[in-house]
Amino acid sequence: MEKQNNLLEVSHLKQYFPVRKGLHKIPLKAVDDVSFTIRPGETLGLVGESGCGKTTVGRTLLRLYQPTGGRIVFDNEVLYDSGEQYDENGKLIVDADGKPVLGKKIDKDMLPYRKQMQMVFQDPYSSLNPRMTVEDIIGEPLDVHKLYSNRKERREKILSLMETVGLNAEHAMRYAHEFSGGQRQRIGIARALAVNPKFIVCDEPVSALDVSIQAQVVNMFEELQDKLGVAYLFIAHDLLVVHHISDRIAVMYLGKVVEIADADELNANPVHPYTLSLLSAVPIPDPETARKSQRIVLEGDVPSPLKMPSGCPFRTRCRYATEQCAAEMPPLKDRGNGHFCACWNK
Amino acid sequence: MQEEKLKKRQFLSAQVDLSKFNHAQFEKATEEEKQQQDVMGESTTFFKDGMRRLRKNPLAMGSIIVLLLIILTIIVAPSIVPYHYSEIISVNGKRDKSAANLGPFEYSKAEQKYMASSGEKLFPHILGTDSLSRDYFIRVIYGTRVSLSVGVVAAIMVLIIGLLYGSIAGYFGGRVDLIMMRIVDIIYSLPDMLIIILLSVVFNERLKPVIDKTILSVLGTNMISMFLVFGLLYWVSMARLIRGQILSIKNNEYVLAAKCIGTKNSRILRRHILPNCLSVIIITTALQVPSAIFTESYLSFLGLGVSAPLTSLGSLANDARAGMQSYPLRLVVPAVIICLIVLALNLLGDGLRDAFDSKLN
Repeated sequence: MEKQNNLLEVSHLKQYFPVRKGLHKIPLKAVDDVSFTIRPGETLGLVGESGCGKTTVGRTLLRLYQPTGGRIVFDNEVLYDSGEQYDENGKLIVDADGKPVLGKKIDKDMLPYRKQMQMVFQDPYSSLNPRMTVEDIIGEPLDVHKLYSNRKERREKILSLMETVGLNAEHAMRYAHEFSGGQRQRIGIARALAVNPKFIVCDEPVSALDVSIQAQVVNMFEELQDKLGVAYLFIAHDLLVVHHISDRIAVMYLGKVVEIADADELNANPVHPYTLSLLSAVPIPDPETARKSQRIVLEGDVPSPLKMPSGCPFRTRCRYATEQCAAEMPPLKDRGNGHFCACWNK
Repeated sequence: MQEEKLKKRQFLSAQVDLSKFNHAQFEKATEEEKQQQDVMGESTTFFKDGMRRLRKNPLAMGSIIVLLLIILTIIVAPSIVPYHYSEIISVNGKRDKSAANLGPFEYSKAEQKYMASSGEKLFPHILGTDSLSRDYFIRVIYGTRVSLSVGVVAAIMVLIIGLLYGSIAGYFGGRVDLIMMRIVDIIYSLPDMLIIILLSVVFNERLKPVIDKTILSVLGTNMISMFLVFGLLYWVSMARLIRGQILSIKNNEYVLAAKCIGTKNSRILRRHILPNCLSVIIITTALQVPSAIFTESYLSFLGLGVSAPLTSLGSLANDARAGMQSYPLRLVVPAVIICLIVLALNLLGDGLRDAFDSKLN
């Protein structure tokens, strides 16, 4: 298969937050060594349970947080590179003292790239300023990047954006609190689309909406992708929604990507034991089939990200765990068909 | 048009049994009828919405009327009443010794004689005179002026200092916040009254040579030191409040969204953070006025307030204390006015909070 040009390449992305415990500061490894790529016009779904670092990945990508390490390449331009170098097996190259060998550090000013990468937020209630009209909310990116020459042009652009997301023109002068959840999410999408981005991080955009509205909004995301050719990183914890919209799906557990594959492939042949248990937890609408299917119930709780288990983070709850799992983190290995999985035993 | 058969109602269903009807019995709603179903209210701004709620609050509206009446009186009355607050009543250029301690609407002997001889009617002493033969009504008017302006100026000073300090601490956070807030804690933990009294005494000494022969000397050192004391002490609660507001607003997703768009810090503060704590700022400032008036009255009552012959409501009450048994009116009048102002401002502050604080709606 010919390798396509990637829109976004993320490699070895790390995001640690310092947490004070007594006198010591220990790092909370919210995202630890995450790598993936997104092609233009593609949707990568990102799933995982609450607190596994999905949202942090999205926010770090857009540089809303300063990454601890890793490399972000967008549209063939390096936006951030901490300078750490890796060998072909994905191992960090260290010198004799055990310190990483640092290459050139790159940290670009994000302002010009904000026009190309945008974000849709999870909570449509807190992501819109209650003191601003819809027109001003959608118009803010236009103001910041000076994308219009006069007031009339600004207004026209805003109205056409509102039409794109299915809002009426007469809603322009209203305030966010006058809208329903679905409509608010549309306003948030219009705001993200205002700068005509190539890539949008959708941070659980439908999880705060009720099911009938979810379908509308998800379908709108798909229509917009067909029309505008944007790529999405679609973060969600609802596997059905993610499977519906995504071309490929990445599964995260405790800050690490454990499996990444095409959506249908992942659904048909899940490899990683965590993915297996996740898929078995999807509710089946037919009670007949549901009774026959076996749910894999995981034992124990998710370990605290402050006290990560050694080696594979999933080994404490994994029924296949061996000594090797405790010793070393398994690398993401190609299982063929673009299916990558990080597990020693499967 | 397809004549699809309308579904028959299921047994025990609560739905309307549609099988009794056919399609011809239903007609499409016109545009006008659809419009009637539109329940969305008139779009309003934050300010208009708050004012509408405020107007519905009878207590707050009553307070506004009372305050407006008081302000109107203290502006208009000095130009109608021919007496001055420090003027000792005199008739025909001669000091009227019989004019001390008059009751309301009473004329002294000299005034009565003068009116009888010239036929001219003198302006009545609406609240009588005090023991130094000064018209008491005009003294109360001036006292109210002083008390209200102390309240308003103190509230504005508290607002400015508190807003600057609180927003710096809240927006920058981290170590800056930690140090700034510990300073606030220290100031907060000192007993207010003790500090006020000590500071007033110190300022009084220091300020005298500085403000001598300037416009400020009209106000007197006591008054200025009082402003300074308010400025130095009472901003702490305001600063804490604004810091808390900014801390919570800063973590809202719309601020993150603005950062994601690429908005600059100054614009985020101006467009996103400050408008959202405006309601709290308005309300606390309104509630700061009565507390300043109260403290001023208290200080004047202790003899640390404005310097004679200028007066304030508190010092009027203090002066009246001596003759409380014989002339109770002189204590009652300033006390009632203090109560009216403080009560009205408190009720107005409560009304503003109910009207503008979106969390309560």
